Amino acid sequence: MDDRVILRVGAKILIPFILLFALYVQFHGDYGPGGGFQAGVIFAAGFVLYALIYGLGNVKKVLPPRAVYVCSALGVLLYAGVGYVTMALGGNFLDYGVLAHDPEHGQHYGILLVELGVLITVFGVMVAVFYAFAGRRRVDT
Amino acid sequence: MTDHLPVLLVVVPLVAAPIAALLNHPRLSWAVAVAATLWALYAALELLSQTMAAGAIHYELGGWAAPYGIEYVVDPLNAWVVVIVTLIGALVAPYARVSVEREITEDRIPLFYAAFILCLTGLLGIAVTGDVFNVFVFLEISSLSAYALIALGSDRRALTASFQYLIMGSVGATFIVIGIGLMYVMTGTLNMADLADRLPEVSGTRTIPVAFTFLTVGITLKLALFPLHLWLPNAYTYAPSAVTAFIASTATKVAVYLLLRFFFTIFGATFSFDVMQLDRILMPLALIAIVAMSLVAIYQENVKRLLAYSSVAQIGYMVLGISFASVLGLTAGILHLFNHALIKGALFMSMGCVMYRVGSVRLERMHGLGRAMPWTMAAFVVGGLSLIGVPLTVGFISKWYLVQAALEQGMWPVAGVVLLGSLLALMYVWKVVEVAYFREADPELEISEAPLSLLAPTWVLVLGNLYFGINASDSVDIATRAAEMLLGALS
Repeated sequence: MDDRVILRVGAKILIPFILLFALYVQFHGDYGPGGGFQAGVIFAAGFVLYALIYGLGNVKKVLPPRAVYVCSALGVLLYAGVGYVTMALGGNFLDYGVLAHDPEHGQHYGILLVELGVLITVFGVMVAVFYAFAGRRRVDT
Repeated sequence: MTDHLPVLLVVVPLVAAPIAALLNHPRLSWAVAVAATLWALYAALELLSQTMAAGAIHYELGGWAAPYGIEYVVDPLNAWVVVIVTLIGALVAPYARVSVEREITEDRIPLFYAAFILCLTGLLGIAVTGDVFNVFVFLEISSLSAYALIALGSDRRALTASFQYLIMGSVGATFIVIGIGLMYVMTGTLNMADLADRLPEVSGTRTIPVAFTFLTVGITLKLALFPLHLWLPNAYTYAPSAVTAFIASTATKVAVYLLLRFFFTIFGATFSFDVMQLDRILMPLALIAIVAMSLVAIYQENVKRLLAYSSVAQIGYMVLGISFASVLGLTAGILHLFNHALIKGALFMSMGCVMYRVGSVRLERMHGLGRAMPWTMAAFVVGGLSLIGVPLTVGFISKWYLVQAALEQGMWPVAGVVLLGSLLALMYVWKVVEVAYFREADPELEISEAPLSLLAPTWVLVLGNLYFGINASDSVDIATRAAEMLLGALS
C-alpha cells in the first residue's frame, strides 16, 4: 500500500476523528442515541481501518492480540464490578443510586462506568474477531 | 448477602468467566471454574430451600420496581431447574480437568473454562429471570458459548456440528425473539407476571396466536423435539466429552423449562391447551420421538451418538408429560428433567472415561471393556438400567408417573408407547453391554481403568440414580409443588 498516498493520508486524518467520535458516542450516550456498544464498534473500526491501510503487522504493534484478549475480559469485570460495588454499598445489583450522595449523580456515574465496561469488551471482541479472520492464511494460494 | 442470592447465583459465574480467561493458565482457570460451579450449587440449594419454605423470591435489578425494571423471580419450578443445572455443573467441572487435558490443546483450555462458565451463567440466567427479553439475552449467552464449546471437540467434524447447531439455534432464538416482540407490541410489557395479566385482554387478536406459534417453534427447536432435533446428534457426538455430559444434562432441560414457563405461566394453560390445542401437536410428536429415535439409536455404532438419539427420545417423555396438562403429567415431566439429567450425565461421563483410555467410543473399539474398565462400565450399566426404567432407579420413577398420568386420562395406547420405549431402550443399552462384557478384548491392547478424578463424579451421579430411585419423596414433592403452581396460576 506504499503507493496509495490518498488512502494513507486520508486514513491518518480520519482515524483520530473516528476514535474521538467513538468517545463522543460513549459519553453522550446518556443524553442522546448511543452508548457502549456503538462506541465500542466505532472505536474498533478505527483500528480496523488502520490495519487495512497499514497492514496487520503494524496494528498488532500498537495493539497486541494479548491486549485485545485482556480488554474483552476486562470490560465484563468492570460491568459486574460496578454491580458488586452497589451491592456492597447496600443497594441492589446495579442500583447506581447508592454510588453518590445524590442518587441522581449516582445514576449518572453508574451508567457511565457500566457503559465503559461495555465499550471495552465490545471493542476487544470486535478487534479479536478481525484479527482472527485477517490472520488466517489463505488455503487456495 | 442472602437477600442478593438470586442475582449472585448468576453474576458470580459471570465474573468468574473473564477471570478464568485472564488467568490464562490451565490449572488456575480450572480452579476458578470449580469454585464458581460450587458457589452456584450452594446458592441454588439455598434458594430452593428458601422458596420451598416461603414461596416465590423476588429481586429487582438496579432497584427498579417490576414491571418497569428487570426482576428475578425464584419459585419451586425454576429453583428446581437451577439445582439440576448447578449440580451437573459442579460435577462436570472437577471431571473436566483430566478429560479436557486429553482432548483440547493446552492454549485453548483457559478459554474452554471461560466458555464453560459463561454457558452455565446463561443457563442459570434463563432460569431465574422474570423478564422475557432477559430470557432471550441469556439464551444467546448460553447458546453462543455452547457453540464454542462444541467446536472445541478434537474431531474436525465438531466444527460442522457446531456450525449446524449455530444455524439451527439462531433460527430458534430468532423465532423466540419474534414471539417476544409480538407480545410486547400487543401488551407493552416484558415482565412475565405482567404479561400473564395483560395477555387475556388481547388473546383474541391474530397477533397473539402468531406470537405463540413463533415461541412454540423456537423453543421446541432449542429443546430438540422431534422433528427439530437434527442439530443434536452431531453436536453431542463430536463435542468434547465433558461438554457433552454438561450440555446433554442441562441445555435441553432449561429449554423444557422455558416451554413450561411460556405455556403455563405466561399464556396460561387455558389458552395454550384449550384455545391453541397445543397438546394435539406436542403429544404425537413426543410419541413419534420416543419410538422413532429409540429405533434410530439401536442402529448406531458410536455410543455417544447412540446416547444422543436416546436423548431425543427422552425429551419425548418430558414433552409427553407436559402435553397431558394435568398435575400428574406435569409432575412426571418436571421429575424427568432431573432424572434424565442424572441418567444422561452418568452415561456421558462414563463414555468420557472410555474416550480418555481408548480414544474412541465406537462399539468396535469397546470389545471386552467390561473387564479392562470395570468401574466405568458398571457405571454405564447402572445408568443404562435407569434409562430403561428398571425399579430402584430414577428412570423407573419417571416412567411410573408418566404411565399413571396417561392412565388417569384413559390413554392406554400412550401408556403402551411409554413401555415400548423402555423395551427399545433395553435393546440399545444391551448392545453396548454385550460388546463390553461378552466379546473378547484384543489381547494386544493394554487398557487400564480410568483415573479417579473421572470416576468419582461419574459415580456420584450413578449413586444419585439409585438414591433418588429408592427415596424419591423429595424430588417428587418438589416436582408436584412446581406442577401445582403452574396449573394453579391459570385458574
